[in-house]
Amino acid sequence: MTARWRPDGWRLLSWAVAALVLVPVLVSFSSFTQLDRTTLAHLGEFVLPELLVNTFWLLLGVGLGVSVLGVSLAWLVAMCEFPGRRVLDWALLLPLALPAYVTAFVAIDLLDFSGPLQSWLRNGWGITGLPEVRSRAGVIAVMSLALYPYVYLIAKNAFATQGAMALEAAQSLGLSRPRGFFKVALPMARPWIAAGVMLALMETLADFGTVAVFNYDTFTTAIYKAWYSLFSLPAAAQLASVLIMFVLIAVVIEQRSRAQMRFGAVGRASASRRITLTRQQGWLAFGYAGAVLLLAFVIPVGRLLLWTWHTAARDLDARYWSFTLHSLMLSALGAMLVVAVGLLLAYAGRQRAGTGMVWAQRIATLGYAFPGAVLAVGLFIPVAALDNLLMDAGRAWFGFAGTEVLKGTLLVMLLAYLVRFLAVGFGPIDSGLQRITRNVDEAARSLGCSSAHLLGRVHLPMLRLSLQTAAALTFVDIMKEMPITLMTRPFGWDTLAVRVFEMTSEGEWERAALPSLAIVLTGIIPILLLTWRNGAAHHEGPKHG
Amino acid sequence: MDELVLDAVSQSYGTRQIISSLSFHLARGEIGCLLGPSGCGKTTALRCIAGFEPVQSGSICIAAATVSRPGLTLAAEKRRIGMVFQDYALFPHLTVAGNVGFGLPQRNQPAAKARVDELLGLVGLAQHALKYPHQLSGGQQQRVALARALAPRPRLILMDEPFSNLDVELRERLSIEVRDILKREATTALIVTHDQHEAFALADRVGVMHQGRIQQWDTPYNLYHRPANRFVADFVGQGVMLSGDVLNSRQVRTELGVLDGQIPVDCSSGGCQACPRSCGVDVLLRPDDIVHDDDSPLQAEVENKAFRGAEFLYTLKLPSGQRALSLVPSHHNHAIGEKIGIRLSADHVIAFRRD
Repeated sequence: MTARWRPDGWRLLSWAVAALVLVPVLVSFSSFTQLDRTTLAHLGEFVLPELLVNTFWLLLGVGLGVSVLGVSLAWLVAMCEFPGRRVLDWALLLPLALPAYVTAFVAIDLLDFSGPLQSWLRNGWGITGLPEVRSRAGVIAVMSLALYPYVYLIAKNAFATQGAMALEAAQSLGLSRPRGFFKVALPMARPWIAAGVMLALMETLADFGTVAVFNYDTFTTAIYKAWYSLFSLPAAAQLASVLIMFVLIAVVIEQRSRAQMRFGAVGRASASRRITLTRQQGWLAFGYAGAVLLLAFVIPVGRLLLWTWHTAARDLDARYWSFTLHSLMLSALGAMLVVAVGLLLAYAGRQRAGTGMVWAQRIATLGYAFPGAVLAVGLFIPVAALDNLLMDAGRAWFGFAGTEVLKGTLLVMLLAYLVRFLAVGFGPIDSGLQRITRNVDEAARSLGCSSAHLLGRVHLPMLRLSLQTAAALTFVDIMKEMPITLMTRPFGWDTLAVRVFEMTSEGEWERAALPSLAIVLTGIIPILLLTWRNGAAHHEGPKHG
Repeated sequence: MDELVLDAVSQSYGTRQIISSLSFHLARGEIGCLLGPSGCGKTTALRCIAGFEPVQSGSICIAAATVSRPGLTLAAEKRRIGMVFQDYALFPHLTVAGNVGFGLPQRNQPAAKARVDELLGLVGLAQHALKYPHQLSGGQQQRVALARALAPRPRLILMDEPFSNLDVELRERLSIEVRDILKREATTALIVTHDQHEAFALADRVGVMHQGRIQQWDTPYNLYHRPANRFVADFVGQGVMLSGDVLNSRQVRTELGVLDGQIPVDCSSGGCQACPRSCGVDVLLRPDDIVHDDDSPLQAEVENKAFRGAEFLYTLKLPSGQRALSLVPSHHNHAIGEKIGIRLSADHVIAFRRD
């Protein structure tokens, strides 16, 4: 370690990216210096209590829902043998492709008073008085179905690597299987489950589209309303700062769980004996997992297809193609930006290893936890202020007022995408880079390859798969993204997600189907990529340490 | 002419001295080896020579040109040194031929291709040219790594624990093969290992390292039979120390008899009776220095035995209670606790001053 800190390009770059993440936080909290008393009084008296109560129940409900769904499905798939297990293994991830806001409007359509289910029950059987779908329970159910894969994916890994061994150890000590599960396997997997649940809860806090469809007010919708209905940016920022507090708690829990995961890893995944269920149990397991998949993916996608069949002729017009084009362009631009910055950040870590660099990287990739609504407000305010400065400068120096330079551009939007999705792109690139050992670098250098050529001849070719993964994951996430795009898009930049929001907010479910379907189809790509790569990882050559 | 010269090279991390005052030289075409336990500084020495680490004092010369001294470290890529890594560090995105050709100038494609073919033939992998590294076995990967390092005709090849990832049978066969390949390419090479069998099979000269210093730089034969100090005697081969009394400048008396050898104490007196100093030494006895002889009056008790196939390695307890090792043809199967006759068969022994 060097005793003296010298600024250099790599460190400067990493801290600049880290600073970009801190900007929205600082902006949100500094909004309390401009107190708008009437708005604040209104917020404090009518809005805030309701938001807090709503958010509390939502977090509790979704937390419980995703834990139960995710852990039970993960256990069945990782540890038991039953009909259809192999297909369900990856199929249960498919709901990841379905944005919660899509599941939401399909659910409302199907289960509403005028929807097919209630109409059928009423007319055919005279059954009435089903619970109202537009309710707290409704939101919780929909979000749990949409977000359980976060817990399922990570818990399945945990069970696959330690479940069998833990269970066998427990059995050898005289515990029955069910007791072994609750006394050994589940407690051992706790850090994994906690990390998965926290990711799901961060998505819950960040969600805008679902709660908007349900008219269930949370902080994200309140921020939107404060900005676009009350025209009060400070109020929006103040609401954002409360939301940040929630998010930071979730981040701390998640990071702690991840730290524990490192100590909890017992062994490698072994092709050990699965628990063979009896015939009856096996079909029960299949029925349960199949039902979840049906509700969370098959029915919503089926409904979208049906709608699309009816509306395609009318909706497949020039405007639809322009939405698609905008979505593709923004996703591609954003993905390129994220991958480029992610590569630089990962490279910086390789060039200048040390505690400072680890912190810079950690802060820079914290943005995944920040709700899009927070980022929209937190980055719009400083850019608008910068714009005003530029205009003042123009007036003072050149004698004419000029127009806003930055506000009408994609700048705010791309910056917000970068902050929100940098972790998504950085992860695969960094782990790819870490698999390239120092010896590979030194081997190349001893063969006459200069540092400048190292990137092109060795690193980039070896990172190709990681870069592709990073780009695909980011691309799809931006495609699905709603609040940032909605709040910061320049005039005329309507995307598929914006179209979905507009159609659903007018209750025209069937017209939201076509753009939703496009988003879902794109979203399936990274899931296939993920399963394919997990499968391919087993066939990779021997690794030497 | 000396291809590689290290002159009093030192290196430390913080207060920890990794190598101190390391000096040795290798003639052109010679294969050298640094042998030592892990943490003795041998890998650091290799990295200094390769140019991945600067030196803090002393100098390193390759082909009479200084490449490292305090304040100067010629970049690794300009040294024309080939390096073979412990984990091979093959490029996974390139084929075997692509790996071997990596260091060759890209301007002259036919020449590069000819050289790649030549080397793949030399290491016996011609039919695997288009495979990727992960499709090869460990031993094949090792040979690709060697071919890759040899391809640009380096002035010096460095190998870091080249066989540690292979199983034991393969190691011995491959080390003979590698020596053959290096000799055919007439390359100067320096190998780092902790395995003396590897060192002996490969190298012309071996330097035994301990705590950052070279204890002895010598031929394998001399390391075994004429170790310069206790560490080398202990580290190389098997053996025990038997206490003895100096009789004169060339003779020692032990409980197994009087032995001739190099005596590390200055002895000019006419005999111990007349001398007030009473010098004690320890004599190194290898297992092959003591032979089993039923007719010998000298008897020792079998304390332990290890079956080696062709022979037994007996641990013997001498009348005084000291231990000795003896290699005995395996048809002499004696039980533990039995007394057997032994005889010294060492024409020349090594003695160390007793501390």
